[in-house]
Amino acid sequence: MLLTVTDLRKSYPAGDNPVTVLNGVDLTLDAGQSLALTGESGSGKSTLLHLIGGLDLPDSGAIVLNGADIAGLDDKGRAAVRRGTVGVVFQQFNLIPSLRVADNIAFHARLAGRHDPAWAARLADRMGLTAHLAKFPEQLSGGQQQRVALARTLAARPQLVLADEPTGNLDEATAATVMDLMLELVAETGAALLIVTHSDRVAARLDRRIHLARGRVT
Amino acid sequence: MIRTVWSALWSQWRRNPLQLFTLMAGLALATALWSGVQAINAEARASYDVAAATLGEGQFAQILPSEGGAIAQETYVKLRRAGWLVSPVVEGRLAGVRVVGLDPLTAPGGLGPVRFAQGADIIPFLSGRGQVFGGAEALDALKGQTEADLILSPDVAPGTVLTDIGVAQRLLDMPGQITRLIVARTQPLGRPDLATVAPGLTLRPPQGGSDIGRLTDSFHLNLTAFGLLSFAVGIFIVNGAIGLAFEQRRPMVRTLRALGMPLGQLMGLIAVELVGLALLAGIVGVALGYLIAAALLPDVSATLRGLYGAEVSGTLHLRPVWWLSGLAISVGGTLAAGAGAMWSLWTMPLLSSAQPRAWAMRSGQAAAVQGALAVGLLAVALGLALTGDGLVAGFALLACLLIGAALLLPIVLRLVLAGAERLAKGPLAQWFWADTRQQVPGLSLALMALLLAMAANVGVSTMVSSFRLTFVGFLDQRLSSELYVTTDSAEQAAALVAWVTPRVDAVLPIQSSQITLAGRPTDLYGARDQATYRDNWKFLDAAADPWDQVAAGAGILVNEQLARRSSLSIGQTVDVAGQSFVIVGVYGDYGNPIGQAIITETVFHDLFPQITAQRFGLRLPPADVPALTRALTDDFGLPAANIINQAGIKAFSLGVFDRTFTVTTALNILTLSVAGFAILMSLLTLAGMRVPQLAPVWALGLTRAELGRLELVRAVLLAILTAVCAIPLGLGLAWVLLAIVNVAAFGWRLPMYLFPWDYARLVLFALVAAGLAALWPARRLARTPPTDLLKVFANER
Repeated sequence: MLLTVTDLRKSYPAGDNPVTVLNGVDLTLDAGQSLALTGESGSGKSTLLHLIGGLDLPDSGAIVLNGADIAGLDDKGRAAVRRGTVGVVFQQFNLIPSLRVADNIAFHARLAGRHDPAWAARLADRMGLTAHLAKFPEQLSGGQQQRVALARTLAARPQLVLADEPTGNLDEATAATVMDLMLELVAETGAALLIVTHSDRVAARLDRRIHLARGRVT
Repeated sequence: MIRTVWSALWSQWRRNPLQLFTLMAGLALATALWSGVQAINAEARASYDVAAATLGEGQFAQILPSEGGAIAQETYVKLRRAGWLVSPVVEGRLAGVRVVGLDPLTAPGGLGPVRFAQGADIIPFLSGRGQVFGGAEALDALKGQTEADLILSPDVAPGTVLTDIGVAQRLLDMPGQITRLIVARTQPLGRPDLATVAPGLTLRPPQGGSDIGRLTDSFHLNLTAFGLLSFAVGIFIVNGAIGLAFEQRRPMVRTLRALGMPLGQLMGLIAVELVGLALLAGIVGVALGYLIAAALLPDVSATLRGLYGAEVSGTLHLRPVWWLSGLAISVGGTLAAGAGAMWSLWTMPLLSSAQPRAWAMRSGQAAAVQGALAVGLLAVALGLALTGDGLVAGFALLACLLIGAALLLPIVLRLVLAGAERLAKGPLAQWFWADTRQQVPGLSLALMALLLAMAANVGVSTMVSSFRLTFVGFLDQRLSSELYVTTDSAEQAAALVAWVTPRVDAVLPIQSSQITLAGRPTDLYGARDQATYRDNWKFLDAAADPWDQVAAGAGILVNEQLARRSSLSIGQTVDVAGQSFVIVGVYGDYGNPIGQAIITETVFHDLFPQITAQRFGLRLPPADVPALTRALTDDFGLPAANIINQAGIKAFSLGVFDRTFTVTTALNILTLSVAGFAILMSLLTLAGMRVPQLAPVWALGLTRAELGRLELVRAVLLAILTAVCAIPLGLGLAWVLLAIVNVAAFGWRLPMYLFPWDYARLVLFALVAAGLAALWPARRLARTPPTDLLKVFANER
C-alpha cells in the first residue's frame, strides 16, 4: 500500500472554540491507483490533501506514505517528502513567477534530483507548451499555467500526485483538456493520484471515490 | 460625507500600523538629521554674528599695524587730532578667554552688545574698578584675575569678555598699547592721509561679513551637504511608504469615487491627511534633531575653536526660524515624496482595474523610463564635470550624479542578478537569483537610500581624511621650525637674534606686509634663503629651481588662492611696490581666505625698509627644545606666552581633527542607521507579499528555516552589490567636493587620497546593518506557521 491514513484528526483555533475540520479520517491508496475526494466546501478536503502532502501536521492519527509515518516527521523530514515522494497541483497554479516556463517545469525534478531533460521536453510537447518555454508565467493564460504546473509535478516523477481542484479556475473546455492530460500522463508514470474535486464528471473517471462530510468519510 | 471619507482613509492606517510607523519614522528621522545639522549651523552663525556685532568685524574699516605687533597709544591720539574718527580696541587672551577692551565714548554706533545708549549707567564701566561683561563660563574663568566687577551679560559672544580699554590694558599687561582701531563709516573731509599721520599702519576696508563667518563657511557647507544627503536618505523611506500605501488605496479610491465622492475633494482630503502626518512627524523630528544637535554641538564648538579660533556657544537655543524650517522641510519632503503617488491616483480612470498593481513589480516600461532618466542625469553630470564652473554648477553636478546613480542602481542590480542566474548551476541557486532579481523593484527605494548613505560616507570621509592628510603635510611644511618666538619690539627682536643665533642651527625671521597684488589683498612675506624652505615646501606647480630664482631676487611664489582668483600661472610677471617679479611657484595654503606671496628677504627689506621682523622660527635639534625654551624665559626674559613649540601646535591640530572626525563619524553612523532602518521597513512591508511567492517553493520541498536563511542571504547580497556601486559613487562625490565645490567656494583645491581600509570597514558596517535589518523578517518567515503558507493554496480565499 502506498498510502494509509488512519484516524486522522485536525482542528484550527477560532476564538474560544476550535473548529474541527477532520474528525477521524481513514483511507488507503495503492500505487498506480486514482482516487477522487469530494465533499461540500469546508468539509476538510483540502486540509486532508495538505496533511497527506506533508504541508501541515495533524493533531493526531497516522499518515503512512511509502512505509513511513509522515505525521511524525519534523519540518526537514516533511520537506524531503514533498521534494521526493509527492507532487501537488494547486487550483491557483502557484508557479514561480521569477522563473521561465522551462525552468518552472524542471524546478521540482531538479530539486528531487530526478531531472530528465528528455522527459521534461516530452511533457512540454504533450502539454502544448513548447512554444512558450522561454516565457514567464504571467505571459500565459490560465489553462497554459495549469498545464505548466502539471508538467512541473509530473517531471519530478512523484509516487503520489495530489491535485487540489486543479481545474477549478478554468473554463469547461480547457478544464476537460487539462484533466485528460493529467489522467493520461499520471497513468503513464505509474503514480497514484488523489484529486480533490467538486465535479462528479471528474470523479467518475477515477478508480475510486470517497466523500467527506463534517470531517468524516461518508 | 467628509467624516465618512476620513474614516475610510484612516481605516487603511489602522489596518496597516506598520506602514504608518514606517512613514512617520522615516519622516521624523529625515527631519531630525536635517534640522540637527541646521541647528548646529544656526547656533554657530548666531555666535559669529554676536561676535561680529561686538567686535565690529566686517562692518567697519579697521586700521592695523603693517608689520604686526601693537599700535602705540600716542599714534591713536595723533590720528584723532588729525581728524580721523577712530576708536581703539585692545584685544588678547587671558585664562583662555578673549578679552576685548573698547572705548564706549568713541566706538561707532551699533558696536558692542552693552547698550549704553539705552540708559545703562556708563560711569561704573569707565571709572573705579571698572566692569567686565561676559557669559557665565568666561566670567568664571576670569575670577581672581581682575578686581573689576564681573557682570553677567548673555549678549556677549561666547568665550569673550568686554570691558573698558584701560581695564583690558591692565588685564593683558599692554600699557599704552592698542591692538587695532575701528574706523567710523563717515569721516570728515580734508583729513590727512593715513600714511602721513601714521606710516606704519594699514587701512583694511570693511569685509562685508565677519572673518570667522567666511573662514568657517567651508565647515558649515560640508555639514549642510551632509544634512541634505541624510534628509534625502530619509525621504526615500517616506517615498516607499507612501507609494505602497497609495497602491493599496487604489481600490478604495475607485469605490469612493464610484459612490459619488468628487475626485478633487478626495485628493484634497488625502493632501490634508499627508500634511497632518508630516506636521506630526516633523514635530518629533525637530525634537530628535534638537537632541542630535545638543549631543554634537560641544564637539563642533571645539572643532571651530581649534580650526578657526571661532567661539561658538556650547548651549543650544530653540530658535523659531530653525524649528519652523524643520516643520516646513518635513511637509515639503512629504508632498514631494507623495506627489507621484497622488498623480497616479488623480489620473486613474474610474473604471480601470483597481487591483493593486503589484507595487513592487513595476513594469518594464517604467524601468526603461527610469533608466533613460538616470543615463540622462549622469550625462549632464559628466558635462558639468568637464565644462561646469562655479558653486552652482558644482552643486548641480552633485545632484545629477547622486540622483542619476540612485535611479540607475535597480537596473544595474537586475542586470548583475540576471547574469548570475544564467551562471547558476542548481535549481535552488537559479531560483534564488531569479527571485532576488524579482525583489529588486520592491527593495529599490531602500537600496537607493543605502547607496546614497554609503556614498555620502565614502565621499565625506574621503574628503575629511584627505583634508587631514593634506593639513598634516601642510603643517609639516609650514611648521618646520622647532620653536616660534615673538618679540614685543624691534629692539627686543634685535637682542633676541644676537642672543639666540649661537644657540641654534638657524634663525628664520617671519616678516610680512599687506599689499595689493594682481588686484587682490595679499600678505607679502620676505623669506630667508635657507635649506628649511627648500627641503620642506612642496609646490602645486613650479618652474625649475624656484627657490634659486626667489633667492636671486627676480622670482616670487604665490599661494593657490591668489593664483586661481587672479588667473596667475608660472612665468607670468607681477608688480610689487613698483618692482616686477616672475612667478616661479604656486603653493597650497589651506584655510587661508586671502592671497599670499613670498619674495626673498633681501628684496623685501629693500622694498619695505620700515618693517623689521618681530617673529622668528628657530631651527635646532628637537632634543634641545626644552632647554632652549627654559633659557629663553629664564635667561633672555621672554614671556612663556611668546614661545610656541612646533610639536605642541601639531598635537593640538591633530586633536582638533580628531574632534572633527567625531562629528562626521556620528553623522555617518546616523545616516547609515537610517538606511538600515529603510531596509528593515521595506523587508517588513514586503514580507506580506513574499508569502505567496515563497509558499510554492516551500510546497516543493524547502523548509521554512531554509527560506528564512535565504532571505537573510538575499538582503546581505543586495547590500554587498549596493556597496560595490556606492564606493565609486562616493569617490566621485569626494572628487566633486574637493575639485569643484571646494575650489569654487574657497579658491583652493585639496589633493584626493584613497583610504581602502576605511571603505572596507564601511562595507562591513553596511553589511552588518543590512543583516540586522533582514534578521527580523527572516526570522519571522522561518517561523511562519504552515497554516499561513497554506492559505496561499486555499481555493476559497
